[in-house]
Amino acid sequence: MSVIEDIARPDAPDRWREYRRMWATFRRSHSAILGLIIVSAFLILAAIGPWIVPFPDDAYGAVHFERKLQAPNATHWFGTDEVGLDIYTRVIIGARTTLWIGLTVTGIAVLIGVPLGLLAGMSDGVLREVIMRVTDVFLSIPGLILAIAIVGALGPGILNAMFALALVWWPGYVRLVQAKVLSVRNETYVEAARSIGASRARIIFLHVLPNCTSPIIVKASMDMGLAILGAASLGFLGLGAQPPYPEWGAMISIGKNYLPDWWWYSLFPGLAIYLTVLGFNLLGDGLRDMLDPKQR
Amino acid sequence: MSEAMLTLQDLEVHFPTKGGVVRAVDGVSLSLRQGEILGLVGESGSGKSTVGKAALRLIDPTGGQVLIDGTDITTARLRDLKPVRTKAQLIFQDPHSSMNPRMTIKRIVGEPLIIHTAIRGAELDQTVARLLERVGLPAQFLHRFPHELSGGQKQRVAIARALAVDPDLLILDEPTSALDVSVQAQILEFLKELHAERPRMTSLFISHNLAVVRFLCHRVAVMYLGKIVEEGPVAQVFSNPQHPYTKALLSAVPLPEATRGAGRIQLEGDLPSPVDRAQGCAFHPRCPVARKGLCDTKAPPRVDTGETWARCHLIGETP
Repeated sequence: MSVIEDIARPDAPDRWREYRRMWATFRRSHSAILGLIIVSAFLILAAIGPWIVPFPDDAYGAVHFERKLQAPNATHWFGTDEVGLDIYTRVIIGARTTLWIGLTVTGIAVLIGVPLGLLAGMSDGVLREVIMRVTDVFLSIPGLILAIAIVGALGPGILNAMFALALVWWPGYVRLVQAKVLSVRNETYVEAARSIGASRARIIFLHVLPNCTSPIIVKASMDMGLAILGAASLGFLGLGAQPPYPEWGAMISIGKNYLPDWWWYSLFPGLAIYLTVLGFNLLGDGLRDMLDPKQR
Repeated sequence: MSEAMLTLQDLEVHFPTKGGVVRAVDGVSLSLRQGEILGLVGESGSGKSTVGKAALRLIDPTGGQVLIDGTDITTARLRDLKPVRTKAQLIFQDPHSSMNPRMTIKRIVGEPLIIHTAIRGAELDQTVARLLERVGLPAQFLHRFPHELSGGQKQRVAIARALAVDPDLLILDEPTSALDVSVQAQILEFLKELHAERPRMTSLFISHNLAVVRFLCHRVAVMYLGKIVEEGPVAQVFSNPQHPYTKALLSAVPLPEATRGAGRIQLEGDLPSPVDRAQGCAFHPRCPVARKGLCDTKAPPRVDTGETWARCHLIGETP
């Protein structure tokens, strides 16, 4: 109980001072700032997309054969596809789907992986062995292959694709958190906490977990990009979002049939994936530098 | 007669390793009366830190007994140890690593109070500020993080945290060896004042620095390879050491006007591995006066010499 009470009473001004210091470190890196700009732009597009696109109806399966496969021009900035849908509109709307996929997959992976990693790191003997060996089994199979198998069994679709990706994503977090917990729990401050009579829960949640968050945040931000790439791959293979659903991978999947003459069809969704993944990776690198206590 | 605050009875801590069992602590018996400061000295690896940790059950002893203020904590369950934590506190060698880097000083010093008392809110802040004041730190340090403090300041914070629960027993595990000499002196002065203020305060002072032990402690116990080889009042042990190891240790202390090499006993080799220990006296492979056929076959007896005692075959024989 006192653990919860303690968390509810953070020292707000002190925390802000630390955040300002971290920001100063973050700001020193140009690539980190670039990553932040890309990710922010992506988040803003995802938030306001439906209200700024020129052809909102084109997002979900309208048909305009009279203007199909037009090259990029003043009206259709990214050109149109084989049924005359505005690719610019669909790329912008697709940001929302992509964000949703990234957040869900990473979120579920963190929710499964972090508690298991904590448990494995803090316990000794049988429990740790069981958790880590199951994790090893999952890690030994290439993630995307397993995801393809799962989607294959469940049937294609965006929800099933996300479920499959989340299911192959969590073992990485177990490994990461378990390794970090193993090193943190031998720190002197954990011993000091034991010597002042801290309960097990207090040690885990106030001393061990907060000192494991940096690598989790860094991995999560990078995994946002990788999960997006994974979902796009499934979409490209026809196992993820189904056309005409505006998902970048699925768009490339159709668009590849129109290469190279109608290059804009797959180029722009591809660029969107490329930029978003790059943005999350740069952001992750910046966060890693920022959260490293030795930098301060 | 004042009773014992801390009693160790044949304490043993063995660590199983791949190379064999490491007998870090091998039958240590110590008794600290109320108000006493006992110095525990020895080389790195002699097991002195392990004694300190085992005395608080931060490491589970393999054998023997630990009594804190008359309570046997050797086999107590972790839950039952909580009241003991208000009686005995540990101060670590490296103050920096002994503090959670994500907590402010206020939370670090306040944590024992949150665990053991009902003090919260503004009262907690005041109590923590008072504790900081007591160790000589201004109240604005409340909102600092450990990495914003110097080594000496951090060690003061660590002492403030230990004093938060008003303990009667402090185990000081080389509390000054990570600090600058000038800061060391301040901390030692503070510890001395603390003992002067509180007659009940009892300390086990673990150190490899003999000068510091001489300054602060009443009694001293010398440890070698997990065993105590000599124990007695500081004045006697320092002026008239009995055990050859103590003699060697004392002669290794740099003196301001020492004539070079005069009377200095040089020990050969390193501390042997505590896994494959020698037969007989553990010290005999390095002992300058070891006698063949005696020291390498039979474990030395405990020999009382007035107020001190030592574990050596040759006491009384060598001049």
